Amino acid sequence: MNSVWEAITALAAGFALTFKHLFRKPITEQYPEFKRPLPARSRARIVLTRDPDGGERCVACYLCSAACPVSCISMQSAEREDGRRYAAWFRINFARCIYCGLCEEACPTSAIQLTPDFENCRRDILTLVFEKEDLLVDHCGKDPQYNFYKYAGVVTGEGGKGTHVKEDEPVDVRSNMP
Amino acid sequence: MSMWIVGIIVLLVKLAVVLVVLLLLASYLVWLERKFLARLQIRYGPNRAGKFGLLQPIADAVKLIAKEDTVPAAADRLIFLSAPAIVAGTALLMFGVVPFGSDLTLWGQKIPLVISDINVGLLFVFALSSLQVYGVTLGGWASNSKFSLLGGIRGAAQMISYELALGLSLVPVVMYARSLSLVDIVNAQEPYPFILVQPISFVIFFIAAMAESKRIPFDLPEAENELGAGYHTEYSGMRFGLFFLGEYVHMQVFGALLAVFFLGGWHGPLLPPWIWLLLKIIAISLLMIWIRGTLPRLRYDQLMAIGWKVLIPAALLNILITGAVLLI
Repeated sequence: MNSVWEAITALAAGFALTFKHLFRKPITEQYPEFKRPLPARSRARIVLTRDPDGGERCVACYLCSAACPVSCISMQSAEREDGRRYAAWFRINFARCIYCGLCEEACPTSAIQLTPDFENCRRDILTLVFEKEDLLVDHCGKDPQYNFYKYAGVVTGEGGKGTHVKEDEPVDVRSNMP
Repeated sequence: MSMWIVGIIVLLVKLAVVLVVLLLLASYLVWLERKFLARLQIRYGPNRAGKFGLLQPIADAVKLIAKEDTVPAAADRLIFLSAPAIVAGTALLMFGVVPFGSDLTLWGQKIPLVISDINVGLLFVFALSSLQVYGVTLGGWASNSKFSLLGGIRGAAQMISYELALGLSLVPVVMYARSLSLVDIVNAQEPYPFILVQPISFVIFFIAAMAESKRIPFDLPEAENELGAGYHTEYSGMRFGLFFLGEYVHMQVFGALLAVFFLGGWHGPLLPPWIWLLLKIIAISLLMIWIRGTLPRLRYDQLMAIGWKVLIPAALLNILITGAVLLI
């Protein structure tokens, strides 16, 4: 008889709980009206950033393309007259991209970065292939100071020998002789 | 001769009205279920298709019609195609004997507000309910798939077991009303509805009705997360829609039968009688949805045990007690 009573109270408790739920405001966050703020390092759409002096960071070194697990990045390198490398064309196929961030980790110039912008849905899958003009942005992204050509050991328009960061002036070895 | 033709026209009009109302009510019962079940689970139901999601059933119907109509290659074609029709058809036919008002007098003609007042209405309802077992079993067998077969067999066994309890729980009602005709049963509830004198019968009939329409907690034959989708796994598009709609029409029919047998049918103050019947059907449906949102699914052996070892003895005991009370 005790187990019958226990069963009845258990059932009644269940029904009372669902009845109470009828008068609660639903806890659903309705999507387009309310967008939950994402963590700052969320990985979604890829952008190509510029350095603080306004030049493109991407040197078309093919490291991101090599790191990509689904081979969605392709590019062609070219060199300007002042010695600075750049990408003649740069293409990312967002239909294949898995937003893993390995390209961002591989990039030596902090050019390619992932932003939290995930609302990238299209009706036609071919419009998901982004070219360089779609990817290039005018700001520095996550790294507000790095300018690769200020550190790299090549002579470009950024500076000649001895003018790079952490580099000493070239020494005239004949002045070292006794 | 002209009386005969007028009679036929009245019958056709009644049929059309009842069919349209039933089908609309079944599709909006789907809407009510989704919204109400969602609120029981602290979430919104569909609220994007039209205000409050009211156009959702129409969107679903359009989607189902636009889907490809597949028939499994090794399936028995004729039976496969007729199984959903049997399920939906018998459910709709059960409404043929449900009264939705007292007699209407139009232009001097007395029109009974029931499609057909058979004087063995109760037996007719049970016969159709037994035929529905065929729909489920044939659907499961003709799909030529193990999941469907298991679902169909379990469904058949479940429905047959609970039909006994269903019938036995109605014997006291017949004892009080002294007639098998549903119109007479409703008229006999004029002073007070039968639930007041037969609460145990109401509970047994309610549980057996939920088991007959394979609602949770008795929905193992179509257990979505255990059996694929049970006996309607292989059905796609509008055939699946017909099975689905058949289940909701079944829910409504049992709501109507509960109203007729225990809640006083169309009796009620102030409002027109058919509105009372509709309100009672919706109240019973809300109760069924509430139970769906609260209870877990019964395991198959628990289900059969309840049907045979709890409900039938309880119903028999109820008959004995009612007989004793009526004699005194």
